[in-house]
Amino acid sequence: MKSKTADKLATVVFYIIATGFILLLMLFVGYIIYQGRDRLNLHFITSAPTFMKEGGGIGPQLFNSLYLVFLSMLITVPIGLSAGIYLAEYAKPGRITNMVRFCIEALASLPSIVIGLFGLLVFVTMTGWGYTLFSGALAVAVLNLPVITRISEDAIRNVPQTVKEASLALGATHWQTIYRVILPTALPGLVTGLIMTSGRVFGEAAALLYTAGMSSPNLNFHDLNPFHARSPLNPFRPAETLAVYIWKVNSEGLAPDSRQIADGASSILIISVFLFNIISRFLGRVLNVRFSGSKN
Amino acid sequence: MKKLMKSVILSLALTMSLSTALVGCGSNNETAADSSASGSTQVESSASSSTEAAPSSTAGVSGSATAVGSSALQPLAEKAAQIFMETNKEANIQVQGGGSGTGLKQVSEGGADIGNSDVYAAEKLPEDQAKALVDHKVCVVGFATVVNPKVKVDNLTKQQLIDIFTGKITNWKDAGGDDMKIVIVNRPSSSGTRATFKKYALDGAEEAEGMALTEDQSGTVKKAIADTDGAISYLALSYVDSTVKALKYEGIEPKVENITSGSYPIWAYEHMYTKGEPTGVVKAFLDFMTSDEFKPTITELGYIPNSEMKVSRDN
Amino acid sequence: MLKNKNMKSRYYYFKHEYSGKFAVTFFGMFLIILTLCLVVFIATKGLATFFNNHFSPIEFLFSTVWKPDRAPANGGPAIGALIFITGSVLVSMLALLMSTPFSVAVAIFMTEISPKLGKKLLQPAIEVFVGIPSVVYGWVGLSVLVPFIRQNLGGLGFSLLAGSLVLCIMIFPTIASVSADAIRAIPRDYYEASLALGATRWQTIRRVIIPSATPGILTGIVLGLARAFGEALAVQMVLGNTIRIPRSPLDSTINMTSIITMDMGNTAMGTVWNNALWSMALLLLIMSFLFIVLIHRIGNKGGSK
Repeated sequence: MKSKTADKLATVVFYIIATGFILLLMLFVGYIIYQGRDRLNLHFITSAPTFMKEGGGIGPQLFNSLYLVFLSMLITVPIGLSAGIYLAEYAKPGRITNMVRFCIEALASLPSIVIGLFGLLVFVTMTGWGYTLFSGALAVAVLNLPVITRISEDAIRNVPQTVKEASLALGATHWQTIYRVILPTALPGLVTGLIMTSGRVFGEAAALLYTAGMSSPNLNFHDLNPFHARSPLNPFRPAETLAVYIWKVNSEGLAPDSRQIADGASSILIISVFLFNIISRFLGRVLNVRFSGSKN
Repeated sequence: MKKLMKSVILSLALTMSLSTALVGCGSNNETAADSSASGSTQVESSASSSTEAAPSSTAGVSGSATAVGSSALQPLAEKAAQIFMETNKEANIQVQGGGSGTGLKQVSEGGADIGNSDVYAAEKLPEDQAKALVDHKVCVVGFATVVNPKVKVDNLTKQQLIDIFTGKITNWKDAGGDDMKIVIVNRPSSSGTRATFKKYALDGAEEAEGMALTEDQSGTVKKAIADTDGAISYLALSYVDSTVKALKYEGIEPKVENITSGSYPIWAYEHMYTKGEPTGVVKAFLDFMTSDEFKPTITELGYIPNSEMKVSRDN
Repeated sequence: MLKNKNMKSRYYYFKHEYSGKFAVTFFGMFLIILTLCLVVFIATKGLATFFNNHFSPIEFLFSTVWKPDRAPANGGPAIGALIFITGSVLVSMLALLMSTPFSVAVAIFMTEISPKLGKKLLQPAIEVFVGIPSVVYGWVGLSVLVPFIRQNLGGLGFSLLAGSLVLCIMIFPTIASVSADAIRAIPRDYYEASLALGATRWQTIRRVIIPSATPGILTGIVLGLARAFGEALAVQMVLGNTIRIPRSPLDSTINMTSIITMDMGNTAMGTVWNNALWSMALLLLIMSFLFIVLIHRIGNKGGSK
């Protein structure tokens, strides 16, 4: 009887903790969005910040964040995916594979500030580029590489062995099997993982303080030539992302409404992370239906 | 030395390949790499940027320049670059933060054309490197001693302030206020603001260790002061608002008039350093920063134009 | 004829197998190169303190005197980093102590008690928590947690406790999701056998699930510790950054990442002060490598059991 009571009690405790966790998240997110509620309008999202006056927006910063995510993904995905394929399909157990795995884990557990400093040394100072969007993208790529590699490896490993064997039995080479059969089957898992990681890049600040810089030149959004200095598409310009902007506004903001700007930007950031999450789940499901024909 | 050479060669190779690939944005990087590689006269480095500027002298100056450094000067420099680029369509000035130390180091090594700093170069760099830099004092920043609004003190003498920051006075009742514990909010010891405050308000007295909160950004300092009973710190005048209370120093109010007249001593120059005498777009930009045309903006952003100062300092 | 066919198939194989294999293997190796680059660069900068400026590592690790700007007349710079190291250790340990019970409980809930709710509600919630930027954590900590501690517990609010609480929430998702994976990996037979023997669910969890998932849970804890150790911006905003060893959780203190973010930009590269900061970055790097080794040790023990 006593163990039954203990069991019930434990169940209740577990429920309380789980509910508490969800409540905490809701409070947290709710608080941030509530604080920034005044700023959740199109004007704030699209207009440029002002220095001293009220009413500045976060348009360029939001754009920079998205562009940075895009650039860093452009670098990370090919490398990370390849490394993932290597680990899942080609790597033989042994010293070198262990070494690769150790490196992935080491990279994954590195503090982002250390990667930021590495970026400062290599991508900013040594290359002579200065603080640029591209340096930032490279630093974030380093930060994300282990995550993407792991996601790719998992997604590929989750492809049923039977699919793979069928392809090999039909006379395809290993590599043909990988890119004709395994990759398409793994695609839903890959896409979900990749978009979720993008959400994370969106919020990264510590690694970018030292690489992408804390300023944004005046952008001319009609100039789409990536070689022009004031074009938003030029990757070799300093670019402040949304997360860095929140940091800067909190710390050195001169506008009278800097507090509101920080709150507004935080809630936009949170909402973006939510969106990334929802989109990735949705896309994952759609792709799953398309590629495997089952709802699973 | 060998390591330096290696990194120079590497960066040179990288910038070369890069600037050929991306002509539009490589110009100023080339300048940087050239000057550090040749390492000879400083005039040469700026000369290469002036050659770029020379051909189109009719439609304002052209060419690009990078200003890196002090986050305190950053808002002003950014604003200046913005206005400057509106009139000089061919010019491209990039302003970046990173801190005074970074700015001075970058300009001294050729990574940037202008190094923004809150302090004199000699305080951050080894003597030989500091000597190669030319100082341009672009404006003056005043600082105020600020306290939490609940503190019932309006004025502190220099001695009281020193006693507070060195830990001799720990309660406001010993400085003419109510019985309330004093909470010091300091800047990190590398901060230019702290160096200024220590030098001009505290007469160089060494602050007590291990008792002050440290916040490295004006916004966080302001928030900490506004929220914490009995807190005391210092802020640039442009950050002082109604959430905190600015104190008189030796009976003198921290106001622009008192600073320009020389009666209020807690202020510092903001510096823009160049390696050698500036030329081309860098010179044009520095001239603009100190021009009459730009003066109203300096005042509007809470800095004090150099030309209004009736007193001056050499160090 | 035969030779020709052989040639053709070799070409075919080259095109459809070796090129791809070569490419992915190269990128796999690239990870090693990248890690080595990182280590070499940071080590070069970080070791300059000891080789170029001739400070002893013993002083760096065990002295509490941090006066990197002291004039030569007063004894020259001193770069004892013990206060920062202690701060980092204390704040992350405290965070770990507070976070672990709850995150393991959530992991158990979502795997054993209600997998359905776990998948529908808790898993997404954990992912959202992971995605919240650390700047936002810091800002909420500064505007909610610091005043709360000041009013209800005393002190200034900026404190070891505030830092640990912020970190506690930040490492929660890491520990919870890694532990959940570990629990899921336990063969169902264990669970069923225990239930068949008449044990209640709680008894099964306590006696069977937790013991067999321990290596995995420990891995989660170490990963959480690594994250706590390296977190910079959020902690700095609430810690108070007083250079002293705290005597109570309500005292303000400082850690390694805070001093790095505060002083790195304001000091010129190549100076003793700046080098000392790089040494701390190197120390952070070494710590995270140690954490990995620790995880492997734990993993191996679990495997051999």
